Amino acid sequence: MSQESVAYLTPTSRRQRAVSALHRLWQDKVAFFAAVFLLIVIFSTLAAPWISPHDPAVGKIGNRLKPPAWMEGGDPNYLLGTDQQGRDVLSRIIWGGRVSLTVGFVVVGLAGAFGTLVGLISGYFGRWVDLLIMRIVDVQSSFPGLLVALTFVMVLGPGQWNLIAALTFNGWMIHARMARSQVLSMRETTMVESARAIGCTTSQTLFGHILPNIISPLITTYVLEMAHMIGAEATMSFLGYGIQPPQASWGLMIGEGRVYITNAWWLVTFPGLAVALTILSLNLVGNWVRTEFDPLHRSRH
Amino acid sequence: MALNELVRVEHLVKYFPAGGGFLGKPRAFVHAVDDVSFTIIRGETFGLVGESGCGKTTTGRLILRLLDPTSGKVIYDGQDILRLDGNAMRHMRRKMQLIFQDAFSSFDPRKKVFDIVAEPLRVHGLASGSQLRERVAELLVTVGLEPRHGEEYPHELSSGQKQCVGIARAISLNPEFIVADEPISAVDVSVRAQVLNLMKDLQEKLGLTYLFISHDMSVIRYLSDRVGVMYVGKLVEYAPKSELFKNPIHPYSKALLAAVPVEDPDQRREREILEGDVPSPVNPPNGCRFHTRCKFASPVCSEEEPPLLDRGGGHFVACHSF
Repeated sequence: MSQESVAYLTPTSRRQRAVSALHRLWQDKVAFFAAVFLLIVIFSTLAAPWISPHDPAVGKIGNRLKPPAWMEGGDPNYLLGTDQQGRDVLSRIIWGGRVSLTVGFVVVGLAGAFGTLVGLISGYFGRWVDLLIMRIVDVQSSFPGLLVALTFVMVLGPGQWNLIAALTFNGWMIHARMARSQVLSMRETTMVESARAIGCTTSQTLFGHILPNIISPLITTYVLEMAHMIGAEATMSFLGYGIQPPQASWGLMIGEGRVYITNAWWLVTFPGLAVALTILSLNLVGNWVRTEFDPLHRSRH
Repeated sequence: MALNELVRVEHLVKYFPAGGGFLGKPRAFVHAVDDVSFTIIRGETFGLVGESGCGKTTTGRLILRLLDPTSGKVIYDGQDILRLDGNAMRHMRRKMQLIFQDAFSSFDPRKKVFDIVAEPLRVHGLASGSQLRERVAELLVTVGLEPRHGEEYPHELSSGQKQCVGIARAISLNPEFIVADEPISAVDVSVRAQVLNLMKDLQEKLGLTYLFISHDMSVIRYLSDRVGVMYVGKLVEYAPKSELFKNPIHPYSKALLAAVPVEDPDQRREREILEGDVPSPVNPPNGCRFHTRCKFASPVCSEEEPPLLDRGGGHFVACHSF
């Protein structure tokens, strides 16, 4: 075996792979701009203490309900206007994004990891394990989610982390169901049989072969669930069981601004736009990641 | 037990549940493999032939314990492999490998050829780093590919190349026994001979023992030392190749052999065309399973199951009439 021929087999470096992935992202303009938007949102929420122009929790009552800066009566100090307590809307959106994104990411991270693991086990082992797990999922899914979350928060008390716990408790079942159904179709494939034939352990088969091959459809669920959870956080906050004032969240802002919708449209519109654009971008990026994960799919384009 | 015996299959039975009835209890069973016994001798190629659905593939999977039998024993090199626990069985898999009918579907589509061939070595912790790269390159060359193919994805290869990767993966652990399940039926006709010759070469070079499963009599004839004929879950005849092809005894074997095309178009042979359909393995006929299509059937054939008996020289036949 000559040295040159062996050199062919050096695996592509991580750096090279990352560069070519970024190149493909640039070619997909829609996904590219969605990713850029998400990065801006993530960056601004991370840098909130430094970039937000005003304190999100304190306002001057004399400045209340000022329209956005470009409108008549607007104040250039308050780019997106002020709310009923004279607090800066832009600052509250920046700080509120922190809460909304944290809740979305953390809930999907926890519920997704747990649900996917449970679903993998359920689908792969089948028989009584599957029966037991799926009945638990059925029972838990049969309760109205919002009611369970409300009860949960009422017992634990309101607040961001209790809200995350409540939504996670409610949100893992869909991931378990998704993962299970994907494993069921995967379990009987020749690929899995071949993994067993060469002597893979159960966890090598599950995490090395099955999971990477079913992750694409699961990613779509993660993204949609993240959007769902950002919405759930808004609902809970709106009802008074989520984020507590004076802390800001997009949902809470929409809830509080609802009363003023006829004479101060900016209170609902800007946080609403933030939610909508974030969810849309998540979906677009999720789609791109799905194709990126699948070399078969990639080569067809 | 004979010294040179590698695999001994004893009264192997596999029933698959067919259709769940009330409370998940199956209403019926597919009798995929029903009381099959034979031995495979070290270094030989044992050809298993039969129509699709006769249980030959299931037999191969049972011997490798990729399926658990309903009853019966598989003794590999003196060890009852059905009694091995998970770890011991995984260790045993280093010695016994499988070549798939459709190699491509046995690969993880998101892995490159290199990783596919390297995986068995990694899983068993046998090589890493530059040692692994050299071993994989060597394996690819052994099966007639080039090391650069390691950088490709399996879907970029031709059907013959795919099967070669499958073979490279199967021999990567230096096994002694390989079950080849219709290894050329998914390969383009033009390169079938190449794949068969590769398998033959490897057998000599690596001292392999093959269980070669096929529905194609001419392929079986080319490669096998001994041949077993299966019909609806039963082994109806098995004998050394030349003996079976010269002197088939079971009417089903005769019919199978008569269906093999001959090279000389002018040569006229007596045609043996089987009447009727293969019986359903869910509800196989009593007695000899072939009696419904056999023109020599007598009343005893539908009542009593014929035992598989040695007719001399290791020629086993299960038939009342002959």
